[in-house]
Amino acid sequence: MDNVNLTIDGQVVEVPVGSTILEAAQLLGIDIPTLCYHPDQSIKAVCRVCVVEVEGQRVLQPACAYPVAEGMQVRTNTARVREARKTIIELMLAHHPQDCLQCERNLNCELQALAHRLGVREVSFPYVERQLPLDELSPSVIRDPNKCINCRRCVSVCHDIQGVGILDSVNRGFDTVVSAPFWRSLIELSCVNCGQCILVCPVGAIKEKDDTEIVWAALADPTKHVVVQTAPAIRVSIGEELDLPPGTRVTKKLTTALRRLGFDRVFDTDFSADLTILEEGSELLERLSAGGILPMITSCSPGWIKFIEHYYPDLLGHLSTCKSPQQMFGALTKTYYAEKAGIDPEDIVMVSIMPCTAKKFEANRPEMTDSGFVDVDVVLTTRELGRMLREAGIDFAELPEEEYDAPLGISTGAGAIFGASGGVMEAALRTVYELVTGTELENLDFEDVRGLEGIKSAVVKLPLKEAAAAQEVAADNPQTLEVKVAVAHSLKHARVLLEQIRSGEADFQFLEVMCCPGGCIGGGGQPIPTTNGERMERIVAIYEEDKGMPLRKSHDNPAVQTLYEEFLGKPLGEKSHKLLHTHYQAREKF
Amino acid sequence: MAIAKEQLDSAEKRVLQIVSRYGANEEHLLQILHDVQADDNSLSEAELIQVARAMDIPLSRVYGVATFYSMYSVRPRGKFIIRICESAPCHITGAQSVIRAFEQALGIKMGETTKDRKFTLEYTSCLGVCGVAPAVMINDRVYGNLTPDKVQEVLSACEND
Ligand code: SF4
Ligand code: SF4
Ligand code: SF4
Ligand code: FES
Repeated sequence: MDNVNLTIDGQVVEVPVGSTILEAAQLLGIDIPTLCYHPDQSIKAVCRVCVVEVEGQRVLQPACAYPVAEGMQVRTNTARVREARKTIIELMLAHHPQDCLQCERNLNCELQALAHRLGVREVSFPYVERQLPLDELSPSVIRDPNKCINCRRCVSVCHDIQGVGILDSVNRGFDTVVSAPFWRSLIELSCVNCGQCILVCPVGAIKEKDDTEIVWAALADPTKHVVVQTAPAIRVSIGEELDLPPGTRVTKKLTTALRRLGFDRVFDTDFSADLTILEEGSELLERLSAGGILPMITSCSPGWIKFIEHYYPDLLGHLSTCKSPQQMFGALTKTYYAEKAGIDPEDIVMVSIMPCTAKKFEANRPEMTDSGFVDVDVVLTTRELGRMLREAGIDFAELPEEEYDAPLGISTGAGAIFGASGGVMEAALRTVYELVTGTELENLDFEDVRGLEGIKSAVVKLPLKEAAAAQEVAADNPQTLEVKVAVAHSLKHARVLLEQIRSGEADFQFLEVMCCPGGCIGGGGQPIPTTNGERMERIVAIYEEDKGMPLRKSHDNPAVQTLYEEFLGKPLGEKSHKLLHTHYQAREKF
Repeated sequence: MAIAKEQLDSAEKRVLQIVSRYGANEEHLLQILHDVQADDNSLSEAELIQVARAMDIPLSRVYGVATFYSMYSVRPRGKFIIRICESAPCHITGAQSVIRAFEQALGIKMGETTKDRKFTLEYTSCLGVCGVAPAVMINDRVYGNLTPDKVQEVLSACEND
């Protein structure tokens, strides 16, 4: 017997064995309130706001954890249940700052919404102010533990999805709160700045460091030339932040909106994503032919970079030396673009719009100043840009459509798919294939590396241009070069492959790692909520974006070709090395 | 992180020894923390970092455990931990005046540690010696039938221990 029948509030429902009451109720359209429950996490059952009456059970039971059984009778809407839920919310409010009007999460807060929905009009317990210290030192993620409701969702994502484990419950009894060891700041620990804890926090206890004021000031300063770049993932998510359905593509409205905010040039990180492919693809081929360190691992994701620096410093040699597209973009803006436009780099303010909180830390790294100027001056997340657009009163949905500015706004579909897990790999394969074989790739879609599966892999056979070249790279089979690739997203999955590299079992030459689940479209700077449901919608949108582009291979990008002709010379050339490549440092683990 | 390398290094050897005695398995964490704490009645940041590294578990988990159980302290404590029973029998037989006498004699409040890290004052739940209430336990030894006058005597006994 695979299904069971149970009755919830008088309605009979049939669900698979092993379902919970919460899931069964959802099928009936009964929305049981939850707080610690998260659709992408294991069941914690700590908040108890989901309690229901189960016939035969003396005490109320948590619907999120309670398994269904044949003939079970459940009531979700009795006076006793309503009273219990309310008491639980009131107990939380009894030490929760009554701060909604000033809070980032106002109108997008699960506690606030539940208090409203459950009709909490007064709190029957005395208010106790907790006076816990704020942690505002990190350039990426800041915390106000006074607002924490101990749901443990951030603990779950930090330990179980990211395999990092910075936050956990401390103390006991009334003093229990989720925090960092010894009340250290995240900046002092081996936090990777991924911001996944922000995405799952139901309240305003964790948030990004808000840098919008710096951008407003730059836009208002007539002596500044303010240039903006937009990451691939923004075009499929900023609409969502502004109340459009998840996965709405708004590329050409985004450009209009940025111009209306007052940016002097609206450029595209997709451009430097294409450039990254030429540099990184060349680096891979060089390592393959010259016996360099393999597998080579991608380096675009700054949360991932900080992770490997703290947790696998012995493997730093495997990282591509390429800077991330954001940083390459900044370095070129302050050199190539400044020169072309005849503007003193000193007067340029480079702002980037990123789906990512770790990008804020990356932009602050002291080594990201090779041109003599800071590559990127300010990083805003998708949420912060949404905040600015709302404040400016820009009616996003009604905007006319405009193009990016040339030349650094010109890009291909390969640049766009950087926004999804597997995209960098796919873009690289499209280019490496044609560089190695000298023939046109017929099917551009590498389906094996797409989607939300944690670890993906593919084998690509490259028929070689000349047998002679082959002697160097694949002695056993001079006619083809076989490249085995792997893709991991979320650091827990990355760990699996890193352990294989450490033990020598890794059976691949090229590895793409993205720190966040789903890649950048699921980054810690994205609209809240971001669950795997929203991630899937955005992934679909980003591959549609790719399909809709006239050019879909990075090496076909005419602006990148011109950049090499006019400025860089060739991939991995002297200028590239100075401006576009970087180095890494081992960091301690705390 | 703002923690001195010397502190980390000096904790390392002792912690490694203790961990290797039990094995780096999370199920032994409570016992390991107990032994690490034995030298000075408290768990320092450096010690917990080394425990986390030696056992390959997140520092946050180790710290969470260390702050959850009342037998551990992450704040420095004295060589002698004076645990004063606050249950009803001790209360009615005058524990309050005994507490005040300890606080006065040591110049600290309940929950604090003397500057020389000799004495810490803590509350405890019932010691199970209600027949001789009010009672305190100092490290492993119980002192019963206390009055404020006897406090100095008890403290001297510790000093001469
Ligand atoms: S976290 Fe939610 S309930 Fe708390 S102050 Fe912010 S909006 Fe209000
Ligand atoms: S930013 Fe990432 S690593 Fe840091 S505490 Fe949050 S989830 Fe953990
Ligand atoms: S910080 Fe947020 S996610 Fe973490 S336990 Fe507190 S309320 Fe939950
Ligand atoms: S949602 Fe069920 S216990 Fe928290």
